Amino acid sequence: MNWRCQPLPIPAGSEVSWLPFGNGRSYGDVCLNREGLLLDTKPLDRFISFDPKRGILRCESGVLLDDILAVTVPHGWFPPVVPGTRFVTMGGAIANDIHGKNHHSAGTFGCHLRRFELARSDGRRLRCSRSENQELFNATIGGLGLTGLIVWAEISLKRINNQVMDVEVIRFANLGDFFEISEYSDLEYEYTVAWLDSMARGKKFGRGHFVRGNHSACCTKPIAAPKRRLSIPVELPFSLVNRTTARIFNSLYYKKQGRVRSTALVHYESFFFPLDSILHWNRIYGSQGFLQYQCLLPPDSRGKDALEELLTKGAQQGLVSFLGVLKVFGNKLSPGLLSFPRPGITLALDICIDGDNTFRLLDDFDSIVQTVGGAVYPCKDARMSGTAFRNYYPQFAELERMRDPKINSSFWRRISGGENGQ
Amino acid sequence: MANRFIFGVTSSIAEATARLFAVDGDNLFLVARDQVKLHIIADDLRVRGAGKVFTAVVDARAFDTHRQLFEDAFTALESIDTILIAHGTLPDQKSCEASFEELRKEFETNGLAVMSLLTHAANQLVQQGSGTLCVISSVAGDRGRQSNYVYGAAKGAVSVFLQGLRNRLSSCGVHVMTVKPGFVDTPMTRDFDKNMLWTTPEKIASGIYNALQKKKDIVYLPWFWALIMWIIRLIPEPIFKRLRL
Ligand SMILES: Cc1cc2nc3c(=O)[nH]c(=O)nc-3n(C[C@H](O)[C@H](O)[C@H](O)COP(=O)(O)OP(=O)(O)OC[C@H]3O[C@@H](n4cnc5c(N)ncnc54)[C@H](O)[C@@H]3O)c2cc1C
Repeated sequence: MNWRCQPLPIPAGSEVSWLPFGNGRSYGDVCLNREGLLLDTKPLDRFISFDPKRGILRCESGVLLDDILAVTVPHGWFPPVVPGTRFVTMGGAIANDIHGKNHHSAGTFGCHLRRFELARSDGRRLRCSRSENQELFNATIGGLGLTGLIVWAEISLKRINNQVMDVEVIRFANLGDFFEISEYSDLEYEYTVAWLDSMARGKKFGRGHFVRGNHSACCTKPIAAPKRRLSIPVELPFSLVNRTTARIFNSLYYKKQGRVRSTALVHYESFFFPLDSILHWNRIYGSQGFLQYQCLLPPDSRGKDALEELLTKGAQQGLVSFLGVLKVFGNKLSPGLLSFPRPGITLALDICIDGDNTFRLLDDFDSIVQTVGGAVYPCKDARMSGTAFRNYYPQFAELERMRDPKINSSFWRRISGGENGQ
Repeated sequence: MANRFIFGVTSSIAEATARLFAVDGDNLFLVARDQVKLHIIADDLRVRGAGKVFTAVVDARAFDTHRQLFEDAFTALESIDTILIAHGTLPDQKSCEASFEELRKEFETNGLAVMSLLTHAANQLVQQGSGTLCVISSVAGDRGRQSNYVYGAAKGAVSVFLQGLRNRLSSCGVHVMTVKPGFVDTPMTRDFDKNMLWTTPEKIASGIYNALQKKKDIVYLPWFWALIMWIIRLIPEPIFKRLRL
């Protein structure tokens, strides 16, 4: 589809299913449709309007965050929520209701969405907002592309003074310290997140770096964006990541910072999108690839115990991961029906696939998360069972009711099959 | 900041080029035949940073409107640095073989219309005493092939016309640039199988942008098409006529 004035290119009589596809930055199969076709949204990459006085931006759904930054930052406006990469589309950000390091202060992307237009396969074009077609508005936020094609959307941006971030990194020795630092940091810092050495055991268990930052308030000297573009040229036949290299990496990374606290002024790109400066970074995992596992646990002591249990189990069973990320989500609720973020603790691990062991271990993780009433992030999942998903998201039946009958995904088929499925 | 006129701005290459102009804050006069699409692009370019943006709905084959179009453009922009002519269609070779009416329509769009526009544009630029005429021709115009010689003939005519125009205008301070793209992945070529030789409208656009700054006469985009077409032009006709190209 090249023009927003065109109808959806879905033939009337055909039985095959369709799925909107953004920039494919989801880790699992929410953006795939093995038994059907994908609807490429990338050509819908035009801006519609930008009000630099009020910070309101309207653009088509295939516009990349990268392009939004290029247009709005020079005017002193920043996207309200950004993920760890700037190569996601507007449509993808809404359909996964993405969250960022500022979840505790800003909530999810959907919290800042003003309105959008939804194209359904029956030919209808619906304006959706908090006051028009509100049910579909809510269902489409975090709706995994299943409610129709988001044609364009309008968001509120956030005021910034310059491109500079005021950042502080604090080393912590265990999970208790993490929660303590997190609690007081969330009051004063707009962005907080922690890197966790997820492979450390014994005395080192639960150590990591706490990162917190604000958009710099005063106008400092301009700091250039990171220039160097490293590229991993080919997919390796083997994985550079194994138990030994990952443990060494984690250890070195932990010690990288000599002092317990360090502060710096950095360009926003290095703060928000560190992986974007290494093109095709995923190739270091070899052809076997890797998985991400991001779960949410309640903010109370049960959640904290469950977190400890997950990490202990992972370490015992030889889970290989060098990116562990820990954050406490805030209380701001998204209008999204199926949004992943809720108040609580979130842990994300990227995991090297080591045959069936890995999948068995993640099933065990799922049992723990279900016991405490948590959830797993669909956008980063490729393997959870239908039962687990339906426990995490009892609202799924409502989304199924509002799903466009001609739209489906590999993910949705997987989780709605089996017991109690559709 | 420059003043740029673009005919056929809804074509992918022209749109991608216009975005590069917009980022520079240029003033734009945009022409296309589809009003809705034209306004979609105009809005986008405004947000991306363009200065003043004017639009006009004109059909390439409405020859009698072309003169007025340039008068309007010169009135709106006052002076024009670049006139980019980028519209085009991809004829169905088989229908053109079967029907002269079809052939004539395609030749008018891809050949005659460009010459009509260039005639009016050239005269205005000569009066102004400066400016660049930049036209998107094609490698297909370098040698006729059975698979698309109607398109090739129109583009070939445009290329030769531009050669002459360049020769005529070089003493008047007006620069003429012929752009010859190879295979470009656009909606026009959606149904083709793609290989290594294909490129994106964005890459062609940055090629045009750079060539404009360097005031090139003829640019092949990407550059390797200069080599490919050189070889293709060298093949002797007795051999060429037996090739399935
Ligand atoms: C390095 C990295 C870091 C990341 N960090 C974070 C993070 O911090 N927080 C976070 O929440 N996520 C994070 N992600 C995940 C990423 O933000 C999401 O997967 C995002 O939704 C991807 O957008 P996309 O445009 O690539 O969409 P895709 O992955 O192509 O699609 C995502 C979903 O959106 C749907 N969709 C796309 N376009 C439309 C449309 N126009 N209309 C309707 N539905 C549509 C698709 O059907 C699919 O269900 C990260 C990903 C990477 C690779």
